[in-house]
Amino acid sequence: MKISHAALAEKFIADEPRTDWHDDTLWFVREKRDKAAHGLPEWEQLREWGSQIKDHTLSNLSNYLKEFEEKAKANGIIVHWAGDGDEHNKIIHTIIQKHKIQKIVKSKSMLTEECHLNDYLQEKGIEVVDTDLGERIVQFRKEAPSHIVLPAIHLKREDVSETFHEHLQTEKGNNDPQYLTEAARQHLRDKFVQSELAITGVNFAVAETGGFVVCTNEGNADMGAHTAAVHIACMGFEKIIPKAEHLAVFLRLLARSATGQPITTYSSHFHKPRPGQEMHLVIVDNGRSKQLGREDFRNSLKCIRCAACFNTCPVYRRSGGHSYQTAVAGPIGSILSPNLDMKANADLPFASTLCGSCTNVCPVKINIHEQLWKWRQVIVAEGYADSTKTIGMKTMAYLFSKPSLYRFAGKMGRRMMKAFPFMTNNKFNVWYKQREMPKPPKESFREWYLKNGKINRK
Amino acid sequence: MQVALFIPCYIDQFYPQVGIATLQLLEKLGCDVSFPLEQTCCGQPMANSGFASLSKGCDANFVENFSGFDYIVAPSGSCVLHVKEHLQDAAHPEKAANIRKNVYELTEFLTDVLKVEKLQARFPFKVGLHNSCHGQRGLHLSSMTETMTPSFSKPEQLLNMVTDIRLSKPKRNDECCGFGGTFCVFEEAVSVKMGKDRVAEHDDNEVDYISGGDTSCLMHLEGILKRQGSKIKTIHIAEILNSSL
Amino acid sequence: MSVRENILNAIATNQPTLVPLPVLNRTAVISYEDRYAQFKSVLESIGGKTELILNIEIVIEKIRSDKANDTFIIDTISAESIDTADTIALSAFELEKVERAYIKGTVAVAENGAVWVYESQMKNRLLPFICQHLVLVIDKNDIVATMHDAYDKINVGSEGFGAFIAGPSKTADIEQSLVIGAHGARSTTVYVVE
Repeated sequence: MKISHAALAEKFIADEPRTDWHDDTLWFVREKRDKAAHGLPEWEQLREWGSQIKDHTLSNLSNYLKEFEEKAKANGIIVHWAGDGDEHNKIIHTIIQKHKIQKIVKSKSMLTEECHLNDYLQEKGIEVVDTDLGERIVQFRKEAPSHIVLPAIHLKREDVSETFHEHLQTEKGNNDPQYLTEAARQHLRDKFVQSELAITGVNFAVAETGGFVVCTNEGNADMGAHTAAVHIACMGFEKIIPKAEHLAVFLRLLARSATGQPITTYSSHFHKPRPGQEMHLVIVDNGRSKQLGREDFRNSLKCIRCAACFNTCPVYRRSGGHSYQTAVAGPIGSILSPNLDMKANADLPFASTLCGSCTNVCPVKINIHEQLWKWRQVIVAEGYADSTKTIGMKTMAYLFSKPSLYRFAGKMGRRMMKAFPFMTNNKFNVWYKQREMPKPPKESFREWYLKNGKINRK
Repeated sequence: MQVALFIPCYIDQFYPQVGIATLQLLEKLGCDVSFPLEQTCCGQPMANSGFASLSKGCDANFVENFSGFDYIVAPSGSCVLHVKEHLQDAAHPEKAANIRKNVYELTEFLTDVLKVEKLQARFPFKVGLHNSCHGQRGLHLSSMTETMTPSFSKPEQLLNMVTDIRLSKPKRNDECCGFGGTFCVFEEAVSVKMGKDRVAEHDDNEVDYISGGDTSCLMHLEGILKRQGSKIKTIHIAEILNSSL
Repeated sequence: MSVRENILNAIATNQPTLVPLPVLNRTAVISYEDRYAQFKSVLESIGGKTELILNIEIVIEKIRSDKANDTFIIDTISAESIDTADTIALSAFELEKVERAYIKGTVAVAENGAVWVYESQMKNRLLPFICQHLVLVIDKNDIVATMHDAYDKINVGSEGFGAFIAGPSKTADIEQSLVIGAHGARSTTVYVVE
């Protein structure tokens, strides 16, 4: 069985200074987001537009996809459809085989993470070089990204320095980010200029024009896509937006929500392959059409992958991305992942206090915390709750429906706690591990009320 | 004005002084307060754990106890939010709907319904206010740092009417304390870490008390404070507003 | 049935009832009294440089001086510009050595410091990304307030490629410390012609 989020989180927190650093660093990103949002008096209006455009798009998705495909084909883009991750990987593999390609660079694409493309191709003996700096770092370390925007946020500069010393022969002990980034620049520029095939993600695909937009700060998507003879862009079908003018809304929201930047350095609009180039686009379902049919959860498909909900989530900040064990971690991951595999991800909707901060920062107004609550109901109804929890809940529900029994149990409980504190103050009581129990009072409020309340005074 | 007092189960059992302060405060302000004697729980512990389906009996009991009042008031944003969002009774849907409409958290009842402008209260201590998430983000008791909307705070508005109180804000004014219902045991490590981080910020401000509108959050913070041997105490906002020290 | 049909059918079955597109009434959208000042301040805050110049001659002069110093530049702006066909044909290996590229932009955005550049202005798609230093030139009148205005002025589908470029390439992937010059240009200077 999969290790639980709670167990991995506990392991993460065991290094408390590092946890504090992780928490502070991501909180700093959240604060930058706040500052950027405050810079626009129309911020809340913008979120509303983003939300409504996405709602509309989802409600007319099949038509927009057809329109997009037609225009994209007319632009000279080769369009593929993949029902699941495996089909997506096979399509890419076939293109690689057809061209007998060796040198492949890939910029950040959460979809390819979701489909485990790198592992798939590696099994076929094909190496893909991740070119986003953070992704390259975790790729060297054979780790998964821990954050969809900041893939190496779980690492400190010392870790990166060690990794680069091992793989790029940088000076041992030189932890300067400038120096380390320069080393990666030289290493990856070498990969770029030799690349034969570039894989990129897609941030937005425009139905009206048949083109797609890729956003990066580093320029790695462009370096690959404009060099290689073949460009494959991969997108989940929910990346569609109706018109080019809607890009204004989303590009205004995306970087501000993600990192607090007014816009990413590069927002590249691809419409046609360059002369002599082959441009492919793979449109992937992989559970999305099923999620679209879940009324309570479909609007999770509005997500534009800004990760604002990660940065604001007090649980994510203190448990790290790897504790979720999914391509997309954090609050949004916890409402997307149960759709992909409910059993494996049954604990994720519970890895939240339902504080609601995620919903408040979401640039497209996904009601994330409400969906976490609703997933809990679905998971229990489908039988994925553990049996001790079920018994406990059934007992509790019974007590609360029988007032006199509830009072009796409460009274007995308080008496026990008073007379035999060791009954609760022991290692089997999880609460007590790091917290004192409340001191049981001599009487309940109701008991006090019966003596001192209005009924007595009359 | 017929007001029914809803005292959440853990307050009833472990923090009767919060119920007493709430009752006395409402009576001081001229409300005719009833305490329905057969009340138990709002059903939130089950529902938030995914067992909303089991809370039918509990919900029916709630509806039976709280129907027919002008207002239902409780010293807990979390329980009130749960009732507002999820209380159902198939046998009496209208009664349930009325309750959902008329249920109020204590501070919003004071500011919005009673429109309290002054209080005869004195509390000569330094107090750090903890904004509980369900009250704040769910019931909109105060503005939130995430949204770009005008700033306000109903609890602060009331605390500012208390004589000699010194209010302080933690660095992260509306970060969750980590209680989260059963989260506090099923995700014990994260829960405690979140609580410790909240406590540390109030500690930096050298407060005497941490106060707030939800005893559940305060119970969690109190457990951590006591384990640390801290001098800082926790106190529900009703106790401060009812205080005449 | 093909995969495509399967997916489209599943979507058609599962998508909710049609809801309308919102009307984007822009009356509440931010505007700036001095768009140039805003553009400059934002661009500088994200690591770019801005210079207001009286006429294009000043840029041409810089190009000439670069050439005189034997700096490997690509100039897509001046009349004495190198042959467009040559630029298009350069390989990544060659372009990687370009010290400075001079490119004209279509529209600049005050709210975020971005400049829109069409493929026809880049001559080679790779150029603005692979050059070591990027120089963009824009007319002051072409600075608009927001992205909404920018999209009004461009037609993104009219060419095979185009991009908004806002400042130099950067990353903060190592401990969130900002480093300028990740893979793309190490600096971006925008000359704004009055």
